Amino acid sequence: MKHLVKRRKRWDTIFALAGLLALMLGVLTFAALFIDMALDGGARLSWDFFTSYPSRRAGQAGILSAWVGSTLVMLTTAFFAVPLGVAAGVYLEEYAPKNWVTDIIEINITNLAGVPSIVYGLLALGLFVYQFGFGQSILSAGLTLALLILPVVIVATREAIRSIPQVIREGSYALGATQWQTVRYHLLPYSSAGILTGVIIGMARAIGETAPIITIGALTFIAFLPPSPVQADPPFLSFEWLFSPFTVMPIQMFNWTSRPEAAFLTNAAAAGLVLVFMTLAMNGLAIWLRYRLRRTLKW
Amino acid sequence: MSAVPAQTTLIAASPRGARLARRRARVIRERLIEVVLFLAALVSVFTTVGIVYILVKESVAFFQHVPLVDFLTDTQWTPLFDDAHFGIMVLLSGTLTSSAVALCIAIPLGTIIAIYLSEFAPFRLREVAKPFLELLGGVPTIVYGYFALLFVTPLLQRIYPELPGFNLLSAGIVMGIMIIPYVSSISEDAMRAVPMSLREGSYALGATRFQTAIKVVVPAAFSGIASAYILGISRAVGETMILAIAAGMQPNLTFNPLEPAATITAYIVQVALGDLPHGSIGYQTIFAAGLTLMLFTLACNIAGHVLRKTFRESY
Repeated sequence: MKHLVKRRKRWDTIFALAGLLALMLGVLTFAALFIDMALDGGARLSWDFFTSYPSRRAGQAGILSAWVGSTLVMLTTAFFAVPLGVAAGVYLEEYAPKNWVTDIIEINITNLAGVPSIVYGLLALGLFVYQFGFGQSILSAGLTLALLILPVVIVATREAIRSIPQVIREGSYALGATQWQTVRYHLLPYSSAGILTGVIIGMARAIGETAPIITIGALTFIAFLPPSPVQADPPFLSFEWLFSPFTVMPIQMFNWTSRPEAAFLTNAAAAGLVLVFMTLAMNGLAIWLRYRLRRTLKW
Repeated sequence: MSAVPAQTTLIAASPRGARLARRRARVIRERLIEVVLFLAALVSVFTTVGIVYILVKESVAFFQHVPLVDFLTDTQWTPLFDDAHFGIMVLLSGTLTSSAVALCIAIPLGTIIAIYLSEFAPFRLREVAKPFLELLGGVPTIVYGYFALLFVTPLLQRIYPELPGFNLLSAGIVMGIMIIPYVSSISEDAMRAVPMSLREGSYALGATRFQTAIKVVVPAAFSGIASAYILGISRAVGETMILAIAAGMQPNLTFNPLEPAATITAYIVQVALGDLPHGSIGYQTIFAAGLTLMLFTLACNIAGHVLRKTFRESY
């Protein structure tokens, strides 16, 4: 009997060790990935790397057009995805009646989250690039990524709004507020941190997304910047940049990775390092926000 | 003519009329806002409709050139050659082989991590491990591709020197590691949702932690675990950049992970990188390939839905 118990207990220990080992494998892979890239590309990281255009000479090449392009595409993505996603989330959580239309929308959002990102690229190629005639522009890329992260923003908004207790709504209605006033002055402010977390996670995903942007045909060799959004003479703001050709960080990295020369691989590693830093910083921010939220928010 | 505006101002000036007008304006505004929000929610439906419309439209044009039977049975994929063959089997074999390798890594490891974090790990470790796994899932796939090509492949070549520089094995392994967080996080959530009373009952009968985890918690959470697996499969099938970088872009009908081969996704990338004119047969092939991919993931989603329905446990 004692022997049997001991044997059973031994399995507990063995499994706990296996679990720890599997977890360690994840940690080790991540460490290997990071160290490998830091060793390969760390030396290339300098001020010049951020302020130079890509070049045929690997030693002089930089990521200026890539990070500017990424920033502009992200701005466009956020501009479309945040209002649309939040509005859709509010509708589904607060307004939607229980009927087949709502069911279809909900099932649809679940399914969209599972569609491979390259399929969004095909949608963008057929629809934005050719049907709407936006061309291979920042606008096409921004719209594509906005559609891609829309489910993330919607789900985050819904969860944040759902966690607000019913008494808040009842209190607001009791004071004579309309439904929109309740949403605008109570539900949205209280859920803003949760929504922000979702938006950051979505943007972190969008910034590393390569396949859909390659599919719409973004150029890999861009040695110029899109027209500046701020102009010297009235009306001061220009939206020409929306229709400009562009490149983004992951595409620049892909371009360097697919070259045979070792010097370009070094550049790829450096670009990858920047990219990993950006996504880690964004994801880290989201995790910290959520952690803080959980500690400070007690209904 | 002049009496009409005078009358309206009269109504508006009276307190009751003003309240009524304000109220009507408010009702209209509320309705308008609801309609705007509803339209925003409909965008996701339009996205799906758009995807299906574009894929089907271009694929119909494609299948007017290429009979469906050839598409499904031909054993060559050479759409850009003079002697063009369109056998999707070739690309599908690459996709299936690399996905199989990835799932061989992701499903066992993801499940073990999930069981460990949910049933064995101390609270503090779990609090640290969960966000860390999330970070691992957030690394851009292009970076994983670089890692597969320039770190994992050379490592494997040291063990097996005949391994070519591009191969499905290293791409699949790295893809598997990338998928682990998806599998483990959803499975863990499902296991944590199993009520404590079930575990307590099991412990009361004298079961150990391991027995409880394997014989009580996992079966009870199976519908959630199954959807985690399904999500993992659709991630693997749709993954693009790791394969485009590390597995090569040469179409190759093979189920041997040690060989290089193009997948459906890698082919789309390859065509998009080139300069194919809009409306040409080469341009249409990527939509036919995309439709195949879409149908495959749709089948996965439906299978997941059925699994969830069949194995759902209610307490």
